[in-house]
Amino acid sequence: MRVFTGIDLGSTTTKAVMLDENGDILGRGITNSRSNYDLAAAIAKAEARTSARFVLLGRELATTEDAAALDRFLPRLQIELRRRQHLQRLEVLREICAEECQHPRVARIREELERRVDQIVSQLVAAEARPGPLAIITKEAKGSDFFRDRASSDYSRLAEKAADVEVGFDDLMSIFDKAIIRVENTELKEGFEELILQALLDLGSRFDETTLARYRAAVQRTLAIELIDGGVIGTGYGRQRLPFPKESIRSEILCHGLGAHHQFPNTRTVLDIGGQDTKAIQVDGVGIVTSFQMNDRCAAGCGRYLGYIADEMNLGLHELGPIALQSERTVKISSTCTVFAGAELRDHLSSGQRQEDILAGLHRAIILRAMSLLARSGGIDDEFTFTGGVANNPAAVKALRQLVQENYGDRVLNISPNSIYTGALGAALFCRRAAEDRAAA
Amino acid sequence: MDNVDKEPSMLKQKEMIGAHFDRLAEAPAQGKKVVYTFVPGNLTELLLSFDVLPVYPEINALQSAMRKRSGDFISEAERIGHSEDVCTYVKCDIGMKRSGNIGPTGKPIPKPDLLLLSYTGCFTFLKWFELLREEYDCPVVLLHTPYQADGEITPSMREYMVRQIRSEVIPALEKLTGRAYDEDRLRECLELSRQAEDDMVHVLESAQNRPSPIDAYFGGVFYIGPMFTAFRGTKAAVDYYAMLKQEVDARIARGEGPITPDGPMGPEKYRLVVEGPPNWTHFREFWRMFSEEGAVVVASTYTKVGGVFDFGFRHDPNDPLGTLADYCMGCYTNRSLPQRVEMLASYAKKFSADGILVNSVKSCNSFSAGQLVILREVEKRTGIAGGFIETDLVDARYFSAANVKNRIESYLQMIEQKRSGKTEEVRA
Repeated sequence: MRVFTGIDLGSTTTKAVMLDENGDILGRGITNSRSNYDLAAAIAKAEARTSARFVLLGRELATTEDAAALDRFLPRLQIELRRRQHLQRLEVLREICAEECQHPRVARIREELERRVDQIVSQLVAAEARPGPLAIITKEAKGSDFFRDRASSDYSRLAEKAADVEVGFDDLMSIFDKAIIRVENTELKEGFEELILQALLDLGSRFDETTLARYRAAVQRTLAIELIDGGVIGTGYGRQRLPFPKESIRSEILCHGLGAHHQFPNTRTVLDIGGQDTKAIQVDGVGIVTSFQMNDRCAAGCGRYLGYIADEMNLGLHELGPIALQSERTVKISSTCTVFAGAELRDHLSSGQRQEDILAGLHRAIILRAMSLLARSGGIDDEFTFTGGVANNPAAVKALRQLVQENYGDRVLNISPNSIYTGALGAALFCRRAAEDRAAA
Repeated sequence: MDNVDKEPSMLKQKEMIGAHFDRLAEAPAQGKKVVYTFVPGNLTELLLSFDVLPVYPEINALQSAMRKRSGDFISEAERIGHSEDVCTYVKCDIGMKRSGNIGPTGKPIPKPDLLLLSYTGCFTFLKWFELLREEYDCPVVLLHTPYQADGEITPSMREYMVRQIRSEVIPALEKLTGRAYDEDRLRECLELSRQAEDDMVHVLESAQNRPSPIDAYFGGVFYIGPMFTAFRGTKAAVDYYAMLKQEVDARIARGEGPITPDGPMGPEKYRLVVEGPPNWTHFREFWRMFSEEGAVVVASTYTKVGGVFDFGFRHDPNDPLGTLADYCMGCYTNRSLPQRVEMLASYAKKFSADGILVNSVKSCNSFSAGQLVILREVEKRTGIAGGFIETDLVDARYFSAANVKNRIESYLQMIEQKRSGKTEEVRA
């Protein structure tokens, strides 16, 4: 089977989308962007392949199983696979931490440090080692699925307990901080095939022998499907760093336009608020960009603005929107500068304003910036599609709805649950088109 | 352009500039008078007829930026109290003055004996010379330029200008130099201007060819150099443009495209009309963002700031003061928005452009005000794709290379999509 991949190297995350020959989405992958863009692209792509395998497995199973059985089996298998991957990464973390403990700067406490770091990692491994998805499910429910995020919160919690006057918390964390970057930059030794078979074994006790045999056969048939690389197209800020020829690189403006069109074919205006830029895009009836505006000179009002505010308020990024939704009286935030908005925030807090009201004001401030770009790009036509990480923030969406209604009247506002993949989807669509064009030529 | 073999015209221009700055450096010792003036609406022929040497502060500012000195100069001006929002040309000039007023060739630029404000279409110019008057303690003579609000130069506007030149500017120059106004000398200069203008228009119009032998924006700023500054009205300028014309004609004959700082440009893929001044702090990098993609600018409005010659205007030796008035009022930023729309739309057609791109600079409201409206209107009239980028003239802090490059690439890919028949319009 030929597959077409789009990779979007964003400032915060790298996303990959894989399409099959019919243009249907087979898989999606996401990872933290890092200084090593090549690797981020490789990991996102590998994740997309993994998720594609699950879609294909679903298709195979659908020939013999009913929907309820599929719902019981597939998510569990996926969780087991993730647990296996997590365990592998923890073992890599253990090795690299041990190396980092050899550094001369920690020579004074080396032995003790090594022992405690290893103990912490062992505890992390033990927590994941039990087959059975419960621990992971709860962790996933908390938010991020990235190894770094999950491992660092668990590690730091354990490091606090393990620290004393001899080996301090900072000593323990400094080893982790150094190691985690290297762990993220290490590709796992075992591939999908080994892991999925292990995951299947892990689940063995939960299903009867005949059922399991059918599942195993379906997994084998899926593994036998060869995913032939029909091409890769890269987009996003890191696109110039991808090891691709120039013709395999597309601007994310075009990719977002086409991706949004694919998700919602009546889209005429697209707003994308990403980590470091905001784009207002107009597209025609086939998803081709006819006009766009971006922030050039200043990144205030982008996703990072919210990250900064979350840090200032000592909150998680995902908590901001829900808190702001509780507001009854939006505070007016006038500064367009991220840092000044932080100062304004402290000022409002000290004058007794409620946190939710200030946050509602900050969300409105971001959307006001976006409204200006939208106006400059040609306004908001029906239908209007909102993409990018900030589209997952309910308070930002609420502010957008209000301002669109006030300025343009009724507009259909589309937000895909997979909006973060819009750019990668557009790139994958371009990739498939290019292959069609080549075939036609 | 250090990396490639320079064409003879480039070497000649360099020599001309070098000689001018030499003359300026020697002016105090030689007892020559120096007048500072601006590019738009400059009365260079009149100055030359009085044998005074002109200095153009905006040119100093942009040359400082190209030599990566503008950042220090702007900081210097900000240290003495100019805010971040002030036009960066002004701050760069003031900072340069405070840092010893050394010109681009490394020689000192003498202080002005007179400040000739011959164009008031830019309000900042007034304030700029007000500041320089304090800095240098020297007189200012002001020529009030009526704006072409209704899209034309009326006889009364012309008369008003001529009267000012006769009663304000000429007496100030007579007083400065101790010479009487010599109209015959002025006519000679104007005749030389006319000749050079013919050849310069020929060069700019050559971009109608495919491939265009010139880049009419990035290359264009070099081509307009002598015409818009100290050389219009001189034999040197006539020779320079004759030489340039010959080179460009030879490139057309050989079917060659423009020469960039990195060498001859590759195949021409996109033909653009550009509105707005360039960024000077990253000039090469900015140009490369276009040339690497095969984008050539076939017409630009910035190359009309010091005079619009391609719609027929030429300096007329038979009407010396009237022609100076027409010239001053005709320069690009003195034109109304509908006139600018008309001009850009006509360029799109005449030069078979694929797109119109606006470079909106933070410093210059004379240019930037209304640019989006202009863009939308030109898009509507011509059907070509519009694009918009934001930078600044000489303040590097307002040039975000990654963002600008991203926008340009996106814009060019948008044109490509439009052209390759993938759009709704074409499919239908």
